[in-house]
Amino acid sequence: MAGPAPLGDPVPASGALPPAALANVASTPLSLYLHVPYCSTRCGYCDFNTYTATELGDSVSRATWADSAIAELQLARRVLGADAPPFSTVFVGGGTPTLLPSADLVRVLDAAQSLFGLLPDAEVTTEANPDAVTPASLAELRAGGFTRVSFGLQSTAERVLQVLDRTHRPGRSLEAVREAQAAGFDNVNVDLIFGTPGESDDDLERTLDDVLGLGVQHVSAYALIVEEGTRLARRIARGEIPAPDDDVQADRYERIDARLTAAGMTWYEVSNWALPGREARHNLAYWLGHHWWGVGPGAHSHVGGTRWWNERHPATWTRALAAGHSPAQAREVVSAADRVVERIMLETRIRAGLSVWELEQPALDQLGRLVEHGLIEDPRAKGDRVILTLRGRLLADVVVRALLP
Amino acid sequence: MAKPTPGNTAPERIRNFCIIAHIDHGKSTLADRMLQITGVVDPRQMRAQYLDRMDIERERGITIKSQAVRLPFRAADGDDYVLNLIDTPGHVDFTYEVSRSLAACEGAVLLVDAAQGIEAQTLANLYLALENDLHIIPVLNKIDLPAAQPEKYAAELAKIIGCSPDDVLRVSAKTGEGVEALLNEVVRQVPHPVGDPGAPARALIFDSVYDTYRGVVTYVRVIDGQIHTRERIAMMSTGAQHDLLEVGVISPEPIVSPDGIGVGEVGYLITGVKDVRQSRVGDTVTSAAKGAAVALGGYRDPKPMVFSGLYPIDGSDYPELRDALDKLKLNDAALVYEPETSAALGFGFRIGFLGLLHLEIVRERLEREFNLDLIATAPNVIYRVIMEDGSEHVVTNPSEFPTGKIREVHEPVVRATVLTPTEFTGTVMELCQGKRGQLNGMDYLSEDRVELRYTMPLAEIVFDFFDQLKSRTRGYASLDYEPTGEQSADLVKVDILLHGDPVDAFSAIVHKDKAYGYGISMAAKLKELIPRQQFEVPIQAAIGARIIARENIRAIRKDVLAKCYGGDITRKRKLLEKQKEGKKRMKMVGKVEVPQEAFIAALTAGDAEAAKSVAKKLKEQ
Repeated sequence: MAGPAPLGDPVPASGALPPAALANVASTPLSLYLHVPYCSTRCGYCDFNTYTATELGDSVSRATWADSAIAELQLARRVLGADAPPFSTVFVGGGTPTLLPSADLVRVLDAAQSLFGLLPDAEVTTEANPDAVTPASLAELRAGGFTRVSFGLQSTAERVLQVLDRTHRPGRSLEAVREAQAAGFDNVNVDLIFGTPGESDDDLERTLDDVLGLGVQHVSAYALIVEEGTRLARRIARGEIPAPDDDVQADRYERIDARLTAAGMTWYEVSNWALPGREARHNLAYWLGHHWWGVGPGAHSHVGGTRWWNERHPATWTRALAAGHSPAQAREVVSAADRVVERIMLETRIRAGLSVWELEQPALDQLGRLVEHGLIEDPRAKGDRVILTLRGRLLADVVVRALLP
Repeated sequence: MAKPTPGNTAPERIRNFCIIAHIDHGKSTLADRMLQITGVVDPRQMRAQYLDRMDIERERGITIKSQAVRLPFRAADGDDYVLNLIDTPGHVDFTYEVSRSLAACEGAVLLVDAAQGIEAQTLANLYLALENDLHIIPVLNKIDLPAAQPEKYAAELAKIIGCSPDDVLRVSAKTGEGVEALLNEVVRQVPHPVGDPGAPARALIFDSVYDTYRGVVTYVRVIDGQIHTRERIAMMSTGAQHDLLEVGVISPEPIVSPDGIGVGEVGYLITGVKDVRQSRVGDTVTSAAKGAAVALGGYRDPKPMVFSGLYPIDGSDYPELRDALDKLKLNDAALVYEPETSAALGFGFRIGFLGLLHLEIVRERLEREFNLDLIATAPNVIYRVIMEDGSEHVVTNPSEFPTGKIREVHEPVVRATVLTPTEFTGTVMELCQGKRGQLNGMDYLSEDRVELRYTMPLAEIVFDFFDQLKSRTRGYASLDYEPTGEQSADLVKVDILLHGDPVDAFSAIVHKDKAYGYGISMAAKLKELIPRQQFEVPIQAAIGARIIARENIRAIRKDVLAKCYGGDITRKRKLLEKQKEGKKRMKMVGKVEVPQEAFIAALTAGDAEAAKSVAKKLKEQ
């Protein structure tokens, strides 16, 4: 969701897809992403498509989000046609979804259920901000059909949270996770950010102690990225705080991997670890090239090799749907060659790995060198798959570039 | 008496002279004023006419410079004279060309800014003029300036040339004050040319310019005999013969002269040849049918003194670079080059120049006129290396420096003259000593200006001397030098190794005492410029097998984007493809990937900090 939208081709007002894109709709798993573009304040490192009340102005209200989201689901039903399967996974992201009343999220989920259906074992996740949940709101989500909750915890060290401009006090995030567990969520993720300037080795160890003490099923740990145009980037440019150090981030990553592995989790993507069977299936859908429809301002979708993305501003998005138009801003039909690039780029990052049969010369010639440098396991011992080593996970882009056609 | 016309001018009526001046001391303005006063250019037309002329030059790309202007002048004695004002190139690198222009004259106006005094280069050209037995007329210009100190600088000039301060003329080229008086002094003081009109023709070539439409335009001064239109001429240094298509004079537009040109006259010849090498400065033109037996003295082949490798930044521009050099060569007899291949920089040329300015001019023309982006290796001089077994190698490129037992290395030396305000004397002496200079003498030109004379290795002048001289004297010191021979010195080749592989573009021949400093500085720069690789990369400076400096680039540990979800995919794909393209533009040195801009920054910047900012700027372009 980060960064400016890529340039693309226009999308017809009906949202209709090229016929070729629909060829495998029935046989390909389908996911739903719902984007809630609201936050109470904007964090200094964040460049996501999100708006505070002041940034949004008076023209559009959070109260209309659910209605517009349902309108876009109806459009999706028309575009994908009768063959579209029930959703395998649903993910509500943001922004801060839990700034909306739980009832709104449940109402949209109900609409998805009635328009498309959900598979019996569907994974239904919402992101949550520790500050924006209560035991009651969490119970309402659980009762309404949500099966998984993902907390933006980032760190439990106060000085780290300050650099990141996170508003919650350190103890609150742990409380919120416990409240979710008490509300009946047995599938909980926490997001961590590591390598923030000012973070010490101890800060990280204590955060890991806290997180592992909660008994969560899934951890996403992201090295802090300084995105252009953020307040954090400006503060670094002015010399107020130092830039993150790659070597420190590499050390911390290795430490995180060791601690989570010791706790019984396994990495299944460069930045994701889970207990067995608790991998986020919604994430895997992105990386394995399944179909997903992104509902909401700035949301991205993919169906049958066509990618499109919605108008970024909530008001523009709302107006398009109110007029009965597709809210898509532009799209691209991914060429066969680009599809190969995407598969190499995405599948190399996951533990299941990339099949060497996807590769052609001269990429195949690179495999020996990558093994020699300790970046990948020997594919011959791994069922002809390219699987990153620990060192290779930290240099995943080096591996991907070596394998690109 | 009839006014003298080209081809029919008695030598007694001719005065051939030049103006010796430093840049900015007003030579062009004075020349313009002379054109007006002698009436060859209407005062009201002056500006417009010259702008038009420049437009034509720009449109047609021709270079009809006023190499030599024929000025008809009725002097105070009431007689009509012909004054030939001969232009001289203004820089140290072109000493030989200057000497040939001077050889075409009998007198010189020594023009000095009355607010600044004489500069080293002017002094050097003055000495050349004296060596050529020219009569010198000292003139102070810009006397109208409030800052002018005519008394002081008249005394300085008088001291230098050995005349009375009262003999120093005072003019303002800007207002015209004193210029007519100066022309009368030229008539009165400068000796008229003397030659044998009945002898076989001999004319000295003092300039040779390539014109796209007419081919080479050759400027000559006739010494003996007459050059006739439509005759066949011969170049005495090569014996080459050409048909003369046109003979004329410049006044200041070309005027064809059906009668040719005779003894003492200055004019141009057009033969249709296309390369200035066929019409070389200093050569003697004679008639093919009844040619002279003995050439005029003083001819010399231009000899390159400074060498540098020039490489296109985009390797596919190599053919364009070759074509551009071929074109420049037509107009630059001193330019020599041959193809060279560098493991680090690819295909390019090793180019020989007369000196640093010549290098700068050629490089700038290649970049500006031919739109080429170039990397230049550090300039170096010619070395003569004598081995233990007595064999000899001539080295114009550090990578050709022989391995094995060396008995002696010879390097070119120059006689350098520095003029500086006395307050900087200590600073300048320190700089010159640091550059292995030997003081030959010093003279006070006035109370507050001193002339320092050094013998110095050319290699030291070529490497950063001029910039340092200027910065340490706040721009007040001036420099001139001329080659005087060679000396044996303790020189070594320093190689720079990346991960054990030498990078040819960074090898340098330096004095033993400076090898360590060069090695440290280059290694520090490269450490800042080369991105971290998957393995640790040692950077070493070495003399032969001996390592004298070392830095390490630590292995990269992290190169991965933390997140890659639905909306990131297109963006990330484009980013990776861009990175992959970027990798293609990297040069491989052994196993190490080096960005193109690192080579340029390491070769151009003084230290690691500067190198970093140069590389950053290049990357952003």
